[in-house]
Amino acid sequence: MSQQASLYEQLGGEAAVNAAVDIFYRKVLSDDRISAFFDGVDMDTQAAKQKAFLTMAFGGPHNYTGLDMRQGHAHLVERGLNDSHVDAVIEDLGATLRELGVKEELIAQVAAIAESTRNDVLGR
Amino acid sequence: MVTIRYAKNNFELEQNQSVLDCLTRRGVPVPFSCRSGVCQTCLMRATGGTPPELSQQGLKDSLKLQNYFLACVCHPAEDLEVALPDDDDVQAVIHATVKSLQLLNADIMQVVLECHAPISYRAGQFINLFQNQTLGRSYSLASVPHEDDHLHLHVRRLLPQGRVSGWIHEQLRPGETVEIRGPGGDCFYTPGNAEQGLVLIGTGSGLAPLYGIIRDALSQGHTGPIHLFHGSRDLNGLYLTGELRDLVRHYANFNYVPCLSGEDAPHGFAAGRVHDVAFQQIPNLKNWRLFLCGHPEMVRVAKRQAFLAGASMKNIYADAFNVSQSS
Ligand code: HEM
Repeated sequence: MSQQASLYEQLGGEAAVNAAVDIFYRKVLSDDRISAFFDGVDMDTQAAKQKAFLTMAFGGPHNYTGLDMRQGHAHLVERGLNDSHVDAVIEDLGATLRELGVKEELIAQVAAIAESTRNDVLGR
Repeated sequence: MVTIRYAKNNFELEQNQSVLDCLTRRGVPVPFSCRSGVCQTCLMRATGGTPPELSQQGLKDSLKLQNYFLACVCHPAEDLEVALPDDDDVQAVIHATVKSLQLLNADIMQVVLECHAPISYRAGQFINLFQNQTLGRSYSLASVPHEDDHLHLHVRRLLPQGRVSGWIHEQLRPGETVEIRGPGGDCFYTPGNAEQGLVLIGTGSGLAPLYGIIRDALSQGHTGPIHLFHGSRDLNGLYLTGELRDLVRHYANFNYVPCLSGEDAPHGFAAGRVHDVAFQQIPNLKNWRLFLCGHPEMVRVAKRQAFLAGASMKNIYADAFNVSQSS
C-alpha cells in the first residue's frame, strides 16, 4: 500500500481525543504522584489543555514547538517537575487508551511521541 | 473582502487568514497557544455577525449560544465584530427602576428591576449593578425572560464589609433608578437533550441562578429528572421553600432537597453539607448535567467531585464569580 493511515487516523482522530480527554483527566486528578501540578488551575481551562496534549501525543495536527513545551512547563519545572512525573503521565495515558480498547502497538507509538518531548518538557 | 472589527478598528481579513492572525499581526494582544483550535486560549466573542460553526467546535453549548469562538480556526465568510472575553466595555449601561425590595429571609433581599431598554438574557446569567460610577457588583438573575416581566436578584447582606450589599439593604428604595451592565456568564440552561438528568447544587443566595435555571428548563419542556439541593447552615438560611415545594407538586420530574449542615435536620430536610448529600443520593453522574452556584469553595470542590463521579467537563456549569462572597 502506498498510502498508510497516520497514527492519528488509526486512533480515530478528533473523536478519539474527545473520548479520551475526560478519562485521562480523571486519571491525572486521581493520581497522587502528579495531581498537585493540576490543582489550582481552572478545570475548564485545564480540560482544554489536556485535549491539546492528547492531540499532540496522538500524532494529530498541532503547531507546538519544542520551545512551546519548554515555556509551557517551565513554571512546573520550578515546582519540581521531574522524570518520575513524566513517567506517571505516560502511564496514565497508556491506561486511558487501554480502557478505550486501543491496541498495544498503537499505545506504544503514542508513548513514543510523548517520550520524544521529555527533555523539552523538563527544560533540559 | 471580509472585515474584522475590534475595538472600533476595522481590519481586512486576507485570503486564508484566521481572525487570530489578522488581529495579532496588527498588534491586538489576543492570547493564543496551540493555534489549532484545541487549547481554547484564543477564545473570543462575536458581538456582531455569526462565527462559523467550525470555529466553535469543542466549546460548551452555553458559550456557543453566546457566539464565542476560537480565533485561531476562525475563517469567516462574512464580516465579524469581535471582542475578547475580558473586554468589559462590550455592553452599554442600561438604566433600571427598582420596582420592589423584599426580604426573602433575614439576610437575602429580592431586588426587582424594570429595565428602561430591552435586555436579552438567560436565567442564571448575571448582571452588574452599580452603586456609583466605579462601584458595582455582580448578581445572578433568578428571573426567567418569558415568565417574569422584570429582573430578579437575590442580594445577601454581607457584614460588615459589604459595601454594595449594605447599600442595597439599607439605602436603596423602590422607585429609584440604578445603572446595570450585562448580562454575562455561561451558567444557564441550553435547550436540547431534554431527557438528560439535571443536578443543581447551591448554597445561600446561590439559589438565585438555580431558581431561574430550573423554571427555565421546566418552561422549555425539560422531561428528564431535575434535582435541586439547596444548602445552608440552619433553617434561617433557606428561602423560597414554599415556592420550591409548589414546583415539586406541579412537576413530577422536579425534586427539591433542602440541606442543613449545622444543626439536626427536622423531617423533610437532609442533614449534611449540600454537595455531600447530593453526591450520596446520586453517586454516578455519568451523562448528568450539573449546575453549581454559591460559596466558591463548595463550587470548587463539587466541580472536582462531580467530574470524578463521571460527569463530563462540558456538562458542568458553575457561576463564574463569587456571588455569595462578593461584597
Ligand atoms: C509527556 C510529555 C508532555 C507533553 C507532550 C505535554 C504537553 C502539553 C501541552 C500541549 C499543553 C498545553 C499547552 C498550552 O497550549 O497551553 C500542556 C499543558 C500542561 N501540562 Fe503538559 N505535557 C507533558 C507532560 C506533562 C507533565 C509530566 C505534567 C505534570 C505532571 C504536565 C502538566 C501540564 C500542565 C499543568 C499544563 C497546563 C499548564 C497551564 O496551566 O498553562 N505536563 N502540556
